[in-house]
Amino acid sequence: MSTPHHDASHHEEEENYLTHETTIQSWLLTKDHKRIALLYLLSITVFFTIGGFFASLIRIELLTPAGDFLTSELYNQAFTSHGVMMIFFFLIPAVPAVLGNFVLPLMVGAKDLAFPRINLASWYIFMAGASCAVLAVLSGGLDTGWTMYPPYSSTYSQSRVTLAVLGVFIAGFASILTGVNFIATVHRMRAPGLTWFRLPLFVWANYATSLVMVLGTPVIAITMVLLGLEHVFGFGFFDPAKGGDPVLFQHLFWFYSHPAVYIMILPAMGVISEIISTFSRQKLFGYSFVAMSSLAIAILGFLVWGHHMFTTSQSPYTGILFSALTFLVAIPSAIKAFNWTATLYKGSVVWETPMLFAFGFMGLFLIGGLTGLFLATMGMDIHLQDTYFVVAHFHYVMVGGGVMGYMGGIHFWWPKITGKMYSQFWSKLSALFIFAGFNFTFFPQFILGYMGMPRRYHSYPDEWQVLNVMSTMGASILAIGYILPGIYLAHSIFFGKKAPRNPWGATGLEWQTSSPPPPHNFHETPIVTTEAYDYQSLPLSETPEKEGGHV
Amino acid sequence: MSAPTHHTKAVVAHTHPEAADHEHHGPTVKMYIAIFLALCVLTIVTVVTAKIDFAHVLNNQAMGDLASNVVALGIACTKATLVILFFMHVKYENKLVGLAVVASVIWLSFLLLITTSDYMTRVTDWHLFTK
Amino acid sequence: MSSVATSLQHHFADFKQQKETAVLGMWSFLIQEVMFFGGLFLTYVVYRSQYPGAFALASAQLNVNLGGANTIVLICSSLTMAMAVHAASKGNRAGMAGWLLLTIMFGSIFLGVKVFEYKEKWDHGLIPGIQDFGLKFDHEGVPRPTGFALYFALYFAMTGLHAVHMIIGIPLLLNLAINGLRGKYGPHYYTPVEMTGLYWHFVDIVWIFLFPLLYLIGAHVGAH
Repeated sequence: MSTPHHDASHHEEEENYLTHETTIQSWLLTKDHKRIALLYLLSITVFFTIGGFFASLIRIELLTPAGDFLTSELYNQAFTSHGVMMIFFFLIPAVPAVLGNFVLPLMVGAKDLAFPRINLASWYIFMAGASCAVLAVLSGGLDTGWTMYPPYSSTYSQSRVTLAVLGVFIAGFASILTGVNFIATVHRMRAPGLTWFRLPLFVWANYATSLVMVLGTPVIAITMVLLGLEHVFGFGFFDPAKGGDPVLFQHLFWFYSHPAVYIMILPAMGVISEIISTFSRQKLFGYSFVAMSSLAIAILGFLVWGHHMFTTSQSPYTGILFSALTFLVAIPSAIKAFNWTATLYKGSVVWETPMLFAFGFMGLFLIGGLTGLFLATMGMDIHLQDTYFVVAHFHYVMVGGGVMGYMGGIHFWWPKITGKMYSQFWSKLSALFIFAGFNFTFFPQFILGYMGMPRRYHSYPDEWQVLNVMSTMGASILAIGYILPGIYLAHSIFFGKKAPRNPWGATGLEWQTSSPPPPHNFHETPIVTTEAYDYQSLPLSETPEKEGGHV
Repeated sequence: MSAPTHHTKAVVAHTHPEAADHEHHGPTVKMYIAIFLALCVLTIVTVVTAKIDFAHVLNNQAMGDLASNVVALGIACTKATLVILFFMHVKYENKLVGLAVVASVIWLSFLLLITTSDYMTRVTDWHLFTK
Repeated sequence: MSSVATSLQHHFADFKQQKETAVLGMWSFLIQEVMFFGGLFLTYVVYRSQYPGAFALASAQLNVNLGGANTIVLICSSLTMAMAVHAASKGNRAGMAGWLLLTIMFGSIFLGVKVFEYKEKWDHGLIPGIQDFGLKFDHEGVPRPTGFALYFALYFAMTGLHAVHMIIGIPLLLNLAINGLRGKYGPHYYTPVEMTGLYWHFVDIVWIFLFPLLYLIGAHVGAH
């Protein structure tokens, strides 16, 4: 993209968004999308740690066949808390609210998101919801599973259902407001010349995600209201004794919660598109197909929710419809995977840390996606429903896909966010640990699930111990992989080498402004004259070798 | 989808009176009152028709229920359309806003139609499947 | 004019862009409102199709004429809201504030009638889980059919959430009226008035559907 190139040295002396104000108040009342992104980053890191703590409790319990480390009640609370924290308070906001918030306005050449005050409000709403959920976990726990199915959650559970339901309800609005903000920004705030088909694919992915957030999240909100009314007052919506139907809850729940998977994976796919293109120094192959496949996934994702309910009283005829539509989602997903691969072909591939995460994503998401097709097959699902096969499948998609994309994005934009370079050695080691640890943890679970080990039990027959021990060992490696970035990224803030404006030789408007960017992003509104990923238009001085991308 | 918006500081002066191009074809007070009266009349019509027992008139319970529902929901949709087009200015806004309205109707119908398709085709006698 | 000039936020190039962005943002928000109420409508459709008789019988407990009159009240508030936006676009401060106060008045009348109706349900024991003797047996001691209580659960969930939306709307309208009198809006900039108007009309539309679905399905039962 050709924009007026400012002298880099001139910018370095200027104040940036981190230094121009430093009081606590200036952070807590900021309307700057970049600072709000950091607020989100800090908070979701805390929730990730809490979720990770519960994951480790689960893995320690499953080290031995007997239910000896946790009582069954505590085990129920552990997997519920793990799920609620990781899904609602880490994965859903991870890429959009942190990376999207930071990068999207920069990418479209805007000074901020369309509604900065609403953006700040969304963080406060998110924190209010998260506080309710954390309080629920601390004050007695929740034992319903993150899916909160009635009639257990409505009639029988003695745990903190009301508080948790309130937390999920409130946090949903944070997600909705972020979606509204992104939609308005992408439509109305693009820099001159930045047409729809010149947008970076990360913007397309976040736009598609925003549509899912706005169209789907309100349904979980109303579902939580209905569940709350049922739990507190016994309204009977989902109580067969009063004429209600528990399966209706599942319809309402999955109408949001299946598309929610795409809230987690779509923006991560956007990150991968950016990384693959940048580190193979090639225009992304099949740009418009990749862009449209994001929209296709967002739309198709709304039509498949019933595949979570094949073993309920749901009509088998509707089941067939859901099964067929689920297979269709494989098409746009495969379009992305093939186009990424084609982009690598004859590219100048550079093995920087973000690229390692992107490769990890491609492999793990492939397995996650293909095992999804097993589960979409109705007959197969009868065998695999509620087994560890399902657990492994969605971890391959949500962790192997979502978290790998998030980690890749954090490592890709870290120099822009903080203005500092992190250690290449330690970050590559972390990528390796995460990839290896992840596979060790979850691949055995496919086998366990296929052999019939059900999820959500704290004990199991002796013959499954070997695979469970493997899984727990893998989880320990994974944990080291996740702790490392906390150390070397924090280290880089204080001791890291100063990052140049464009350390990776990437295109995209965010790399045209200084690192870290000035408070209002750009000193003058950029004008875009070329398509996305036009590496020919980058000046020679911005090849990664010259600007010190290799440290 | 909209064409890219070319906004630079230079054009601020020209576009300052934002309402200017709205005045020519915008809504008028007369029209608001006409819509209001139409809404009131439709409300009265729907109350009056609801008191008719169509099942009795048509001498058929199923057809009668259908008729009541079609009349009541038809009137409600008409009223909603009037409010959306005129009170909410969708008739005068750009196409994107219209698209938002259409999208919400489509997504609502995804939720309603697919779920009711389940309830309408549920199997209580599994004999057919176990043979 | 200085107050109008400062109402252009720094990240927009001009008023046109600012307004178009706000309109799109508000409509995106309204889409989520549609889906929010959509979950309730789905619950309604599922249970009404399962228990049509019980729903009609339960609906007959409501006062159709009172509901109809209240519908007209809400339509009046929509008209006054539209007039307020119109006055704002003409720069008529006093007119705008007046129309907004009328809107608040109609909204309050609607809520007042709603309180009266809820009180009636309380007296007849038609509130699920709280005051529910009338949901189990009628006054002659005949058991209510299955689905009768579900109707009232839906009645309170739907009208309750609708009322919550109005209760949120009224302070917003009051705030607009005060800001309007202080001269914060002019013909160049009245976006908040317009956006709140969209919200208010949306709440009206929800009621346009709630009225036939809740009040009218039993109207012919009462006629016998």
